[in-house]
Amino acid sequence: MKISLTVNGQKYERDVEPRMLLSDFLRHDLELTGTHVGCEHGVCGACTVLLNGEAVRACIIFAVQVDGEELTTVEGIGNVDNLHPIQEAFREKHALQCGFCTPGFLMTLVPFLKENPDPSEHEIREALSGNLCRCTGYQNIVDAVKLAAKSLT
Amino acid sequence: MKPCTFEYYKPSSMEEALDLMHQYGGEAKILAGGQSLVPAMNFRLATPGILIDINGLQDLSYIKEHRKHGVLIGAMARYSELEKSDVVAKKCPLLHETIPYIAHPQIRNRGTMGGSLVHADPAAELPAVMLALDASLRLRNKDGERVVAITDFFTGMFGTAMKEDEILTEVAIPHMPKRYGFAFDEVSRRHGDYAMVGVAVSLNVDRKGRCEKGKIVFFSVGDAPVFAEKASQLLDKQNVSEELLENIANVASSEDIEPGSDIHASADYRRHLAKVLTKKTLKRAFDKALA
Repeated sequence: MKISLTVNGQKYERDVEPRMLLSDFLRHDLELTGTHVGCEHGVCGACTVLLNGEAVRACIIFAVQVDGEELTTVEGIGNVDNLHPIQEAFREKHALQCGFCTPGFLMTLVPFLKENPDPSEHEIREALSGNLCRCTGYQNIVDAVKLAAKSLT
Repeated sequence: MKPCTFEYYKPSSMEEALDLMHQYGGEAKILAGGQSLVPAMNFRLATPGILIDINGLQDLSYIKEHRKHGVLIGAMARYSELEKSDVVAKKCPLLHETIPYIAHPQIRNRGTMGGSLVHADPAAELPAVMLALDASLRLRNKDGERVVAITDFFTGMFGTAMKEDEILTEVAIPHMPKRYGFAFDEVSRRHGDYAMVGVAVSLNVDRKGRCEKGKIVFFSVGDAPVFAEKASQLLDKQNVSEELLENIANVASSEDIEPGSDIHASADYRRHLAKVLTKKTLKRAFDKALA
């Protein structure tokens, strides 16, 4: 099926099989490999992307479903020379080790901090409950979110 | 971890969707939020030959108040929309209190009211809450529509009273009575995970503080959400007291439910949780009704 969509501000048109997961579509067809694939059943949060500004799990949405929609992946929020304030805070607070889960955390946090510019620790932990990190023990991630919240306001 | 092949249809009108259901019925699955269906397809636990995506039906995501019928919620209203809705917060406070317990923000941005009810997961929050609220469900097929009481809707593990060609279009939640109280609680290993036991309580009291009508509903304790009938009947005409709460919690946890054991919790532990949660939620519901 033919779909056209906007990812990180750029328009794409592709022909996809209905069963193609959005996560695979982004990685294989658009070569945007920043979106990671962990559990592939909606538990780990590594594949989180923004669909029309809202955080969703790309591994449990089909690519055909986003025809005509607007997506943002981790490639769209910043780059090595120009980090997003949340990325900067992650680096500052050592909120990642292997980095596999990080894109998912970042994409969950972008809309969260927009809606909650001054979150409590409890709210932060709840917002991150749908993202798994096996390295950090979360403490540094929570610290990074606090720092990011400060630098964003 | 990739789904089997399927044919995909995205109708742009309800009529078109009903035609497709009429044509394909048993082979087809409705794709609403997809937050349970797509994982099941990834695992190949579900292998529908045809998916009918109803995300194109914009007029199915309303949340509005109706003078006679209470709060009307379109089947495609997403959890996040329910969570932010003023109508839900004011007119269905039990539902409002429940939504944050459902999964995680990313899931709540996609998952829908209708999808949760039709999926009928015995561990899901919404079916139990709708049972506690005496909701009714509007089902449509090509030949017409019917309204089914939620008490007649769930038929067992992932089972509902829906016909193969029907689509759930709307959920109606009756108006709250006066002097109304409610509470929701669940115990899970981690916030957002499936609960080991959960309970929803909805009740109202008369001018003397006696319970007029009360419903206690459990989930994650059987094949479907469980209305604790014996325990709920014990509420009838009673004023709240420590003794009453203890008695009802005992009856609810020992007579009304038959929980199983699994990797998450033993049957005994589930009964224990059911007892503790019943006391806590009933107390809170009474406090609200009497306030």
